[in-house]
Amino acid sequence: MAALARLELSDEELERFTGQLDELLDHVAEVEALDLEDLPPTMHALPIANVLRPDVPGEVLDRDEVLARAPLAEDGQFRVPPVLGEAP
Amino acid sequence: MSADSLDSSRLDIPGLGAPADTEWETVVGLEVHAELATETKLFSASPNRFGGEPNTHIDPVSLGLPGSLPVLNEKAVELAIRVGLALNCRIQPSVFARKNYFYPDMPKDFQISQYDEPINVEGWLELPTGKRIAIERAHLEEDTGKTVHIGGGGRIHEAGYSLVDYNRAGVPLIEIVGRPELRSAEEARQYVAELRAILVAVGASDGKMEEGSLRVDCNVSVRPMGSDRLGTRCEIKNVNSLRSMGRAIEYEARRQIDQLTSGQPVEQQTRHWNEDDGRTHALRSKEEDYDYRYFPEPDLLPLNPSEEWVEQIRQGLPPLPRDRRFRLAEAASAVDLDHIALAVERSMDDLALAAVAGGGAPDRVMTHIVHNLAEGSGELAPEALAGLVHMEEAGELTATQAKKVLAVLVESGGTPQKAAQELGFEAMDTGEIEALVDRLIADNPDEWSRFCDGDNKLTGFFVGQAMKATQGRADGKAVTQLLNSRRG
Repeated sequence: MAALARLELSDEELERFTGQLDELLDHVAEVEALDLEDLPPTMHALPIANVLRPDVPGEVLDRDEVLARAPLAEDGQFRVPPVLGEAP
Repeated sequence: MSADSLDSSRLDIPGLGAPADTEWETVVGLEVHAELATETKLFSASPNRFGGEPNTHIDPVSLGLPGSLPVLNEKAVELAIRVGLALNCRIQPSVFARKNYFYPDMPKDFQISQYDEPINVEGWLELPTGKRIAIERAHLEEDTGKTVHIGGGGRIHEAGYSLVDYNRAGVPLIEIVGRPELRSAEEARQYVAELRAILVAVGASDGKMEEGSLRVDCNVSVRPMGSDRLGTRCEIKNVNSLRSMGRAIEYEARRQIDQLTSGQPVEQQTRHWNEDDGRTHALRSKEEDYDYRYFPEPDLLPLNPSEEWVEQIRQGLPPLPRDRRFRLAEAASAVDLDHIALAVERSMDDLALAAVAGGGAPDRVMTHIVHNLAEGSGELAPEALAGLVHMEEAGELTATQAKKVLAVLVESGGTPQKAAQELGFEAMDTGEIEALVDRLIADNPDEWSRFCDGDNKLTGFFVGQAMKATQGRADGKAVTQLLNSRRG
């Protein structure tokens, strides 16, 4: 899981977090034991839906200001390490 | 994997080690991404516009800056519902999810998409042949930024570094996932052409494959004819036109058949179509779904369009391509069905219908639409097209002249009479044509006597001379009729 999330953890941290994760899983198991057959699944913690924005253009950021904060920039673009393959 | 499980899984592969004379079936399922024609991005107010200077359509949300929060674009939802309805889908309550991956085209390291609860499910699309292809889902998601590879001779794996433009990051997409029910490259072509026509008709997308606003990923597998199991599929990316999609599917099916007949299983892969060498190339092994660690997007609320809203959108849907083809075929019954389909594809069916209703002969109207209006109809009014066809029918314009008049009408509108006059295409009156023909007969006695002896090929000679003498103003048909009546 640490590899998937690109996290570098020390052995000590690994041990600690594995313990914490186990506790979380135990808690989930408790919920699983309940009979929830007749309850609809919760889609979100807040009881609201359909928060929509009108399709009206707003302000954009200034490119130079943004790129000035990037580690590397070139030709108005962000410069990043070489990308192998392609996006999923 | 143990040797045992490998062997038993191999037994399950349809067609593995099949004899060379096996008849094969190609199975294709398509995933089509279409950029929705909104003014702004899916979750923020930056403009959704093709092109532009790099990184000028950006805001805190599309850059994934800390503290920025996405808010869903109402128009994008409406367009997605239009597509769902046009594809006969069920519109259902939906939620957004984070698809996590590490790649610089999304600065926040995830893409917001819909996963287990998409907005549109269980639809179908009817091909012009009448075959129905099931649509699994059509969901909303955001587009990613564009990366360009620099250095190392332009080849990806030798690249020195990459440049990223986030103008496209966050542009609304609808991803339409079709079931693997297509059985040939030609069916796949028909499916995408029909889907594109629907997307354009409902105003959801401009459908331009060459600008990348419509992108197709093709899942291709093969199996022996008659088998009811699916073979291992490969996903083909980077097809930029209907033509290259057809070529890519045909190449890939052939490759898989060769692989299987030589006793090698097909590996599940993403492959890249290379237009130049006409082959697909392996990119990476297919990542399993759980690698993306999908989870509900906590910053967005569920979407639950009311029945009233969906109904209102349904009422506002324009006629779909299928119905438009029927309508035009009825009005222009003698016309080739391919030409009918082409007119609808070019959105010129309303023009054709109005010109036919205005008294224009259907075959001539359709000839202009199919052959002379490929670049669009511009300022051309239906009445002007009907009028132009009338002038041709009455012999006031030759086919060549009509084409030139049409070009003027497309460019600047107006009536065909005026355009013809300005071009100097005033119809020659009967007396003028008669005088011309008589002069040609007098000037070419040898040809005339051979013509009178029955050498009909000389019709072409006289018509050619008439055209030359009048700079194309003469009506070839009228000249031919006169020649024949003079011959007696």
